[in-house]
Amino acid sequence: MRYIANTDADRQAMLDAIGRSSLDELFSDIPQTVADRFRPIGIPPQSEFDVVRTLSAIASDNPAAKMVPFLGEGIYDHYTPSIVSHITGRSEFYTAYTPYQPEISQGTLTTMFEYQTLVCELVGMEVANASMYDGATALAEAALMADRIRKTGRIAVARSLHPHLRRTLDTYCWAAGIERIELPFDSAGRCDSSNVPQDVSAVIVQTPNTFGVLERLEGLKERIGEALLIVSTYPIALGILEPPGSYGADIVVAEGQSLGLPMAFGGPLLGLFATRPEYLRQMPGRVAGRTLDEDGNIGYVMASQTREQHIRRQRATSNICTNSALCALAATVYLATLGADGLRQIAELNLEKAHYLADRLTGLDGVDLLFDAPFFNEFILRVSEDPGTLCARAKAAGFLVSPLRGFDELDDTHAVRIAVTEKRSKEELDALTDVVGGRA
Amino acid sequence: MNTIFELNQSHRSEGTGLVPELDVPRRGVEDAIGASHVRSRPLRIPSLAEPTVARHYTKLSKLNFGVDDGFYPLGSCTMKYNPKVNEDVARLPGFSCLHPLSDPALVQGALRLIYESQEWLGAIAGLPAVALQPAAGAHGELTGMFLFRRHFEQRGETQRVRILLPDSAHGTNPASAAVAGFSVTQVPSLADGTVDVDALRAELDDTVAGVMLTVPNTLGIFEPRILEITQAVHDAGGLCYFDGANLNSFFGRARPGDMGADVFHFNQHKSLSTPHGGGGPGSGPVAVSSVLEDYLPVPRVVHSAGTYSLQWDVPASIGSVQSFFGNFLVAVKAFAYILQLGDEGLRAVSENAVLNANYLQERLKATYDLPHDGLCKHEFVLSGKGIADGISTLDIAKRLIDHGFHPPTIYFPLIVKEALMIEPTETESKETLDRFAEAMEAVAEEARNTPELLHEAPHHAPVRRLDQTRATREPVLTYPFEDS
Amino acid sequence: MAYPAEYRYTKDHEWVQLEGNRARIGITDHAQEELGDIVFVELPSVGADLGKGDALGTVESVKAVGDVNAPLSGKVVEVNENLESSPETINQSPHEDGWMAILEAKDPSEFDTLLDAASYEQFLAEG
Repeated sequence: MRYIANTDADRQAMLDAIGRSSLDELFSDIPQTVADRFRPIGIPPQSEFDVVRTLSAIASDNPAAKMVPFLGEGIYDHYTPSIVSHITGRSEFYTAYTPYQPEISQGTLTTMFEYQTLVCELVGMEVANASMYDGATALAEAALMADRIRKTGRIAVARSLHPHLRRTLDTYCWAAGIERIELPFDSAGRCDSSNVPQDVSAVIVQTPNTFGVLERLEGLKERIGEALLIVSTYPIALGILEPPGSYGADIVVAEGQSLGLPMAFGGPLLGLFATRPEYLRQMPGRVAGRTLDEDGNIGYVMASQTREQHIRRQRATSNICTNSALCALAATVYLATLGADGLRQIAELNLEKAHYLADRLTGLDGVDLLFDAPFFNEFILRVSEDPGTLCARAKAAGFLVSPLRGFDELDDTHAVRIAVTEKRSKEELDALTDVVGGRA
Repeated sequence: MNTIFELNQSHRSEGTGLVPELDVPRRGVEDAIGASHVRSRPLRIPSLAEPTVARHYTKLSKLNFGVDDGFYPLGSCTMKYNPKVNEDVARLPGFSCLHPLSDPALVQGALRLIYESQEWLGAIAGLPAVALQPAAGAHGELTGMFLFRRHFEQRGETQRVRILLPDSAHGTNPASAAVAGFSVTQVPSLADGTVDVDALRAELDDTVAGVMLTVPNTLGIFEPRILEITQAVHDAGGLCYFDGANLNSFFGRARPGDMGADVFHFNQHKSLSTPHGGGGPGSGPVAVSSVLEDYLPVPRVVHSAGTYSLQWDVPASIGSVQSFFGNFLVAVKAFAYILQLGDEGLRAVSENAVLNANYLQERLKATYDLPHDGLCKHEFVLSGKGIADGISTLDIAKRLIDHGFHPPTIYFPLIVKEALMIEPTETESKETLDRFAEAMEAVAEEARNTPELLHEAPHHAPVRRLDQTRATREPVLTYPFEDS
Repeated sequence: MAYPAEYRYTKDHEWVQLEGNRARIGITDHAQEELGDIVFVELPSVGADLGKGDALGTVESVKAVGDVNAPLSGKVVEVNENLESSPETINQSPHEDGWMAILEAKDPSEFDTLLDAASYEQFLAEG
């Protein structure tokens, strides 16, 4: 066994030292009935080479990995600078534990502090935690937090959220006994917040929303009374969009995959979570704080730990322990590599290429945008043919396109979702246009 | 140590140089989305050249201590060696370049890996159904608690609002139960460290949803009356949750399903060798008994006639707990680990882990107080009490850093005063264990003769002892741009 | 630190000083030592009606949270707002300036059922 350093001789010496005659004796505390019931999995050990061969074969049975993705809905095919994996691949970072011993964890803690600062800069808020599992659980925890603060047992949620966000939110709220009231979207694809119910703990909107449409957040906070405004957003877009914090959001969450993480078939991901300083004590998750050591040098520690499960137990603000630290490090290195200017340029490329494609596509007969409102890098296309047929044609040409899903009321509308990133070349955009136009 | 915000560099360049420049006609941001949406708030992220970034993070990494740096005997964390082949296979583009919403026909490899992981984890647990969606152990606990809720809701037994758990439980257990809407009743442990079964029985009534147990428990002791406990809970109409944090101690020897577990969660970043990452990402799959199978989260990965597909129509499902399929790349690493070790290798894991722990326990009990002596499993708990007056476990831990070791887990479990929880894991050599024991003995000696060495430790770390009080009383949680 | 003879104590480390029917309440020196540096104090609302044993507030340090319960029943008439900005006062002066709340005692005779200083010190010694 390659990962076990001890030899039979070592083991014998150790057995002698503890007065046991066999390894089996070390398991004499397992009840005999249980020991007798044991069955192995039924697989032999394999060499490392065999493991590589097997996994490579499984990996190559995923043709989608070699196709050009126009898929979006929260996960995007952005370019990750090479340096990111070289930093996250350093064993001092990835084999380290949670920084409970801060004196020997300043690498992790300093980068946590940088990450928190970067998140706050992006979303326009003052306090951020060191990460949640993903954008969906971050949103769910935001809802729970808002109800802990306002205690109404109800939240209002825009229907124009990504379906997977709504699903996870529903599960967490069901368990917490929080009623969800849905806010519809209008003909422009924007959340209709004209009738926000009274007495809700939070109003939840997403921008850009699941249709790619930019929501209008001006004045929303002022219109919703005592409710907390929770906004779910898209980090790359914040390179050129005014952030939710500027509109008075109380909690901002986001999926951080777009910040230097691969699409990874949906995980691991990165949940951004930011809030106002007055809500710090209710905020879930870890947070790194700056302090001094005995010699007066600046250092970082995990602060406000009494919010967390290892101290508060059933009265903790969340049960979260392990989060997505290494992914947060990836995001930190990504943003440090790009800088504000670089992020703005990447965001512009996304916007420009998406608008170019939208223009070309809507120039085709029988094709238009389902919603008329401004968008960032994703839009919903209405086509004249069956969406399934169109997507199959795209697949044959090597492009991944999907129908709009999750909105029964739009089932009869031949709607297709298109997302464009900085990786899509003019050639790819023109080729997709040809496929949609039936000319390919 | 400086942050990027303090690096006095301002790098200017025309383009990012990371991707090609714009190759389509420029429309203009304001023209496309309207001036009102355009960012006016400054974005204070410095522009740094790549060499600067590389040096900054390389320097920071050297202030850390990982498993590859040295012994990391953190009880309850299973800090075993992270095999490098697992890192390599997880980086295969055939895995990392997959969008989760791809047509299932185009990702059969990924779905196969998820499906086979489910099969293998189910076999290890001795339970028929598995979900890989939870993103961490505590998330698996939460999922298990959601499953309990749905189960009793379906049966019209919503008066079952209580979860029983021992006072030795990890903090995430009561926290998860509470987040799921349960109240928590703590059951005391006996002097020998095992659960007081009579006290537990006395709590069983029709308001109890079930029990959350860690097996072996957090003291490293295998509950001798485990079958009696799970039987009693089932007889009272409740369910049994087993926290799998200590799986490293019984690979190849026992299965939770055979002990009466209805839910068992895995910490793939513990016993299944995936790296801890400084705090994640982890992965916390749950295996469940047939009683709970119908409630597992969607989408479920199923297999029929050689094809893998997604099942969304699961009427009684609890819904979803994560965006898509859980932490897939982490599951790839665990899958590769199980594939490489096979049954034989997994059995060797628990044998060596338990032997290492008992050897170290025997050696250290000569110097340190061992509240619960006897055969332990893969970890044991010492107490720092009685080493010397005025010396706390914290002092001992900080001084161990000077001796080149990551300290053990301190002040957990709560039922042992000044606890030091030690889990060596199977990937450590006898030499390392002996050196660690020598260091622990040296620290005890120092405690008696030169206590200030401990009080002021660490002396040889990148920073001296840090002021936690100040950090919480005067929170500085983001870089103070205004002061610079 | 000595435990004032005229105070009464609970096994949960609260102290009570009775002046007429006004009961001043805080946590003992032993409690603040166990907790360590105190960073946050949660106080009851003025006007709250508390039964004996009801939750009165919490005291938080960096590593632990201590629940403080009402040693006797009464209505909260005053709280020590100074603790909001200076929670460390409890560490510095647990029996004097670190008082948490004053209750108008419903039944002052409850005071006599609590531990006196000698009994409390003995309880601590038995540890």
